[in-house]
Amino acid sequence: MSTGTTKLDVVVADIVTVNDMVKRFHFRRRDGGLLPTFSGGAHVVVEMQDGDTPRLNPYSLMSSPLDTREYTISVRRDDAGRGGSLFLHQRVEPGQAMVISYPVNLFSLDLRAKKHLMLAGGIGITPFLAQTAQLSAEGGAFELHYSVRTAALASYGGELQSRYGRRVSLYHDDRGEQIPLDRLLAAQPLGTHLYICGPSGMIDWVRGRAAALGWPAEAVHYEHFSAPQPGLPFTVTLAASGKTIRVGEQQSLLEAMEQAGVDPPYLCRGGVCGQCETDVVSCEGTFLHNDHWLSEDEHRAGRKIMPCVSRFEGNSLVLDR
Amino acid sequence: MGITFRQETFRDDFSFANSPEHIRRFPFPFHEDSYMYAVNIEPHVAGPKGSVLEHPIDVDEHYVSEMQDRALVLAEDPLRCQSLPHMTLAGWDLLELLMTAKAESYPEHFSLTRDGDRWHWVNRPLGIDDRFTFGDVATLPYGPMEYITRQSQGDFCLLDQRDGNLWMDAGIVTTQADWSLDFDIGMNFFEWHAPVPLAHEKGIFTRALKFLLNVQQGRPARRLNWTMTINPRLDTSPENYHKWGPDRTTVTPENVGHKVHLRVELQSFWRLPRSNGLVFPIRCYLISMDELVTSRKWARRLHRVIRDLPDEIAAYKGLTRYRATLIEWLSAHDDGAPTSPGFGPD
Ligand code: HEM
Repeated sequence: MSTGTTKLDVVVADIVTVNDMVKRFHFRRRDGGLLPTFSGGAHVVVEMQDGDTPRLNPYSLMSSPLDTREYTISVRRDDAGRGGSLFLHQRVEPGQAMVISYPVNLFSLDLRAKKHLMLAGGIGITPFLAQTAQLSAEGGAFELHYSVRTAALASYGGELQSRYGRRVSLYHDDRGEQIPLDRLLAAQPLGTHLYICGPSGMIDWVRGRAAALGWPAEAVHYEHFSAPQPGLPFTVTLAASGKTIRVGEQQSLLEAMEQAGVDPPYLCRGGVCGQCETDVVSCEGTFLHNDHWLSEDEHRAGRKIMPCVSRFEGNSLVLDR
Repeated sequence: MGITFRQETFRDDFSFANSPEHIRRFPFPFHEDSYMYAVNIEPHVAGPKGSVLEHPIDVDEHYVSEMQDRALVLAEDPLRCQSLPHMTLAGWDLLELLMTAKAESYPEHFSLTRDGDRWHWVNRPLGIDDRFTFGDVATLPYGPMEYITRQSQGDFCLLDQRDGNLWMDAGIVTTQADWSLDFDIGMNFFEWHAPVPLAHEKGIFTRALKFLLNVQQGRPARRLNWTMTINPRLDTSPENYHKWGPDRTTVTPENVGHKVHLRVELQSFWRLPRSNGLVFPIRCYLISMDELVTSRKWARRLHRVIRDLPDEIAAYKGLTRYRATLIEWLSAHDDGAPTSPGFGPD
């Protein structure tokens, strides 16, 4: 998702415990300068070296886009997850040097909206913290409905209510409260845009009701926060250069070739320009084509691969490189 | 050492010309002896010193005169600059991008001092010294996009990104190759590209759009496009077609050298931080045939490209009327020798 972004060298300026589940991390630039400007809804990818395992996890920026002296993220501890959140909770200390990506926004506000209706569930509140800060500075109209498990786990609920008063409503699961979705969706002025960030069940529920009540799809935005898709390691033989290389979990095939001193041409490194198109000599296994360059027929035929974005799973792969 | 700005015109007496150094740095767009549409996008990283790619935003010897020409176009036709209401934030993003890039690359000509949102901008070549509040439209004589693009060579389109598409919701367009902002405003990527032949069928626009939607902050990209223009006229707009269209009938074997110009657009793509929009600067470079053939390689190659160009593309670019005359003239500069790969002169 964020491969191909520029990196930022940062230091952890502070770590704040928000509640039992959530910690907040403050990043500043190591060279002391300002961080790049960003728009509300943007995320950064945090790079972690967890023993032998590199981890790259995306987190929404929650700090105000108007203040780029530091970036803050809030991380909910996920005891069952791949380990990135546990690493941040347990192994990262104030003063530690880290690398994060430039901000990328896949959940941006529609600036034409007459009003922004925001629905958050749990830790899904974080992008809205940045977006409400941006909107309130511009005088934009918004309303935030925030569903939490308990008052104790309502991260930033109090801050938001004191900042924006009645524009923020909280709903507590343990008190049997629920976002009055149908009523809300029916009561909005024309030109309202709807934003959802939360568990996937909540996103499906809201999108389903919005569609049923006639909301146009262009006015419904949701954060489909897919964690970066690395993939299983695999081995490739490069016939022309007589090398056999291993492509790591977090590495692209193109990067692995370059590491081995084989330099296919490239331009975009994003699967569209066609420069790094590579012929397959033989293969026994399945391609994971992620490019937009080859046609569907070519993907099925399996005679070409775009090493900048695509991967392979199987016994053997020989490429003409 | 600063740039020496030329005093010249792009209309009436057409006194525009390139200095010998500017001929050498011309962004010749053909890396081989033929041309076909392609997704020719690459990262916008710094190129060799002295080239048009040395700095992220190039300022050259034509700067002051181009800005005077833009002011004339805008005075006659204010609709060349338009911004839908939701694009003001993107305008501020653009103002920041252009001011910081210029001040960093050309400190002898431009300077920017920021104290929070109180900014002080000095543009020495144009004699501008303004203090304003970033984000407060009332403190500038024009909207932010218009203010800074009246001081920046090339056209600019500001694209809003939404619904998996790009929308041309603002821009300033006075140096264009026969298209109109007033016509295209509010259109999406496929709509404004509708007139282009061959490229849709080749799937070029679908792939290009996917790339553009993923352009990331701090990672701009670029491509070159080209056409030809009779006389060094910047404003070849549909609005003024009556002024320049007939020029195409005036090409003769005797005047090709100084009338026919290769027109190259250095187009770049930048993600904008506050608005999450995209800016598309289209920077136009002109070179006369007389100037171009001072490079033997360019002369040979241009001859072969124009001779072998598919008719649809030649027609779209408006070359049909004078193509034969031009090929005849260029053939005298092509001895059939092989050309070296790559863009540069030999
Ligand atoms: C957001 C960025 C872009 C904008 C605003 C833009 C705008 C335009 C416009 C206004 C035209 C003239 C169409 C007409 O005849 O009315 C044009 C032509 C064209 N565009 Fe784009 N364009 C963009 C990106 C691209 C990209 C990435 C490609 C990549 C392949 C591309 C390929 C072309 C081609 C091949 C033509 C025909 C040009 C010629 O033959 O002279 N454009 N574009």
